Parts: sequence; C-alpha cells; structure tokens
Amino acid sequence: MYSEKVMDHFMHPRNVGEIENADGIGEVGNAKCGDIMKVYLTIEDDIIVDVKFKTFGCAAAIATSSMATELVKGKHIDEALTITNKAVAQALDGLPPIKMHCSALAEQAIKAAIEDYLQKSND
Amino acid sequence: MSERFIYFDHAATTPVRPEVLEAMLPYFDKKYGNASSIYSIARESRAAVDEAREMVANAIGAKSDEIYFTSGGTEADNWAIKGIARGSADKGKHIITTSIEHHAVLHTCQYLEKEGFDVTYLPVDEKGLISPAQVEEAIREDTILISVMFANNEIGTIQPIEEIGEIAKRHGIVFHTDAVQAVGNIHIDVKKLGVDLLSMSAHKFYGPKGVGALYIRKGTKLASYIHGGAQERGKRASTENVPGIVGMGRAIEIATQNMDSYNKKLLELREMTIDKVLATIPYTRLNGDRDKRLPGNVNFSFEFIEGESLLLLLDMAGIGASSGSACTSGSLDPSHVLLAIGLPHGIAHGSLRLTFGKDNTREDVEYLLEVLPGIVERLRRMSPLYERVKNREE
Repeated sequence: MYSEKVMDHFMHPRNVGEIENADGIGEVGNAKCGDIMKVYLTIEDDIIVDVKFKTFGCAAAIATSSMATELVKGKHIDEALTITNKAVAQALDGLPPIKMHCSALAEQAIKAAIEDYLQKSND
Repeated sequence: MSERFIYFDHAATTPVRPEVLEAMLPYFDKKYGNASSIYSIARESRAAVDEAREMVANAIGAKSDEIYFTSGGTEADNWAIKGIARGSADKGKHIITTSIEHHAVLHTCQYLEKEGFDVTYLPVDEKGLISPAQVEEAIREDTILISVMFANNEIGTIQPIEEIGEIAKRHGIVFHTDAVQAVGNIHIDVKKLGVDLLSMSAHKFYGPKGVGALYIRKGTKLASYIHGGAQERGKRASTENVPGIVGMGRAIEIATQNMDSYNKKLLELREMTIDKVLATIPYTRLNGDRDKRLPGNVNFSFEFIEGESLLLLLDMAGIGASSGSACTSGSLDPSHVLLAIGLPHGIAHGSLRLTFGKDNTREDVEYLLEVLPGIVERLRRMSPLYERVKNREE
C-alpha cells in the first residue's frame, strides 16, 4: 500500500522534535480527523536553518511531515512557500489516493510556520 | 522486518484447521457431484450437506431443517433483515436495532430506510451494552423486527440476548441476532435464547471463508432470498457450496468439542493482556465491558497516537492486529462502535483490537507486552498532543 520511501520516512522520520524559542511555529489539523502536525522553524536571514516537527497521525502523515521538513531545510522562505503537497507526495514516490490529504497537511503546516515567523518579524 | 509472525486478529478471520481442510478436499475433485443430481457421487454430496446441516444445528440447539446455508455472515444478515421486511410489510415498517451493529446489519437497515422503513438505532452505554428495557420502550405497534448483535466484533461486548428474546416473544416480534462473532466461540442454544433468526459465519471458527448460515426458527415467515432453484428448501437458490458446507460442519463440530478448553486459555490471555497493558502504559483505556466480553477480545485506546501507525509498527515487530482508526476503516471517521460508546474522535483513532485464538500462547502475549509499550511511547514522542500533556505535567 505504501512505497518504500513512505515506509522509510515513517520508520525513520527525519527532524522529529521541538525547537525551543523557534522563530516560527505552525500547527494544523485536528484530533477529530486524526491528523495534527506541528512544525518549528529556526530562520536566519530568511533562510530556514533548522526545522523540527511533531505529528499525530497515520504513517502517511508522519512520512509526509518528515519529507516536507527535509524539503524546506536550508531553503529561503520564499522558496519553501512554493513547495506543494504534490511535490511532497512525489518525493515519497507517491501516496495512496485516500492519503493525499496527509500531504496537504504537511504543506499547510510549513506555510503556517513561515507565516508565524513573518508576523512575528513584523511586530 | 521481524522473522516471527504472531496473529492476534482472529475476529477478522481464522485459519482453516487441518482436519477441516482434510474433510473439504475430496469435495473439490473426487466427490464433485451436484447435490441436486441423482447418481452416486451426487448422492454423496447430498449426504455430506445433510450431515453438515445436522452438525451446525446441533451446535446451536436447533433442528437441521432450521439451518439454511448462505455465502457467509453478511448474506445471512441481509437475508434476515430484508426477508422480514419484505415478508411482513403488511404488518408494519418499523425495525429496532442498535448503533453498534456490524455494517452488514446497519447498511441493510439504512437501505431499507430509503425504501420507507423506519429504523430505531438504540444507543449503547459506555461499555457498549444495551438494556432489555431500552428495547421494550422502543417497541411500537408497527414493529416487525428486533435485530441485536450477540457479541460485538470490535469491543467484544456480549448483549443480554436471552432477556431481549423474552421481550420480543411477549410482543410477538421477530428477533434476529447477528451471532457471527459468537457462534463457535461461546455456547449458544437458540431454544433457550428465544431468537427466531441467527446469523453465523464459518471462517470465524476455523472453517473456510465464503460459507455461513442463517438459523430460521420453524414458523418464522421469511421471504426467499435468492431465486432460481430448489436449494435450501427453495428459499436460497444456487448450487450448494459443498466443500464449504462440509468445512463449516466439521469446523463447528470441533469448535463445540473444544470450546471450554479453548476459552479457559483465551480468558487467561485476555486477562493477562488487560492487566499488564493498563498497568504499564499510561493514558490507556479498555474499551468494552470487562466481564461481559468475548473470551479472546481485547480493545484498548491509547491516547495521543493514531491506530494505523500503531498497526504498522506492530507488523514490523511481527504482530498482526487491527484498529478502529479512520485510516484503517477507509473513511474519515473512526469506528462507529467506538464513537457510540462515547469516545471522542481523537481517542477513537488510537484504538487497538487484539483478538486471540486457539494457537496463541502465553509466550506470544509476553512478546506483545514486551514490544507494545515501546511502540506506543515511540509514537507518543512524535505526537504534539502528548507534548502538551507532558508540558502540563512538568
């Protein structure tokens, strides 16, 4: 049902954890749907220098969280904002159709964290 | 990937036992006769079907002409409910059932609702039980059928079937029970229970898939289900699945003989698992009633984690189990049974069902108890929900 890459990122998720005093935090999803993803970013000169996540959800939710954080690490925030859920799913060699909403969650969580950062830096 | 594989999903299906397979095999290629024909190998098929019918009848305290073979439990449920609905439409259009039935009952009732039938879905308490009083209160002038499952497939709760049977009888209403999880696993006597219709399925008691039966008490007016032949006394046409029926007969006979000794062991495994898991894994609840429950059923909810992730990690550790999470149900909602007993969505997503069987050992359960706490903790450490609770505790 899942690709080898999905299983790899589920079994060995990259960037799990929290960042104290993160520059941007994004949390999306809710327990009702069975998926919550929380992303922490450390940003220097608009570059994402560190990223961590925590996810409550199925294997696809955990794997997409892991992959999405890998994709944005080291990127400029403008570039990170262009990463789509399709790109996350493609990087995992695809997801079963019923699980595509999990990849949308990863995209949204990253966006929410960057927006949080932008808002904080405007304050 | 682990080398060992331990199967803890016997409520989903069971392996065909060797004696059953052996009994079935000749009916595929050597004794292949159509039971409706008249030559010798056909008569052998007929005799084998009759014998199996007798075995099924004996196992539940019925007469053999009250047993009708079907393609499985789902068909038996469909037939019982639609058959009464079609056969009694002149008497009324009201059906009483519960909110925790198997989809074979629930979806059939929903289908009938679209055809103008009125269905009452009785709520259950936090243990998953309905009370006989609830059933009695729901009865109306136009009630034609009460359908209450014997034992729940997810949380193992055993309903007060005998008491409901008395009520149904007193009001002259047909009583059906979906006993798919119960037959072959716990003692059942239809005479004592006062049920009119009872569904069963062979693959839940080490018989083959694709065969089941409906018990129809003599005198119960039920419309025919499949038209096109004289099989099953003209009520359910189609050439008999002779190997399957033979397998079901043999399986139920052996299951009945071994029931007490199996259940003693299953009960021990169940109690050991419940005690240890509740004691060693915090933020865990047992779903269903502790005592009124199938001997081999355990169902937990682990807060802050999701069931599919749990199942995959257990599979990696060589354990096959199931969950009521949305991701395993193929929909966006977790199991209707877990929601019906009042679990919030978030907790229902984190459920784990373990159903033990005759070949499971103490060692199997000890291995589970060894790996489960670590797997739950591993997922919790990844969960933002757990983080919140931990922060609050600190």
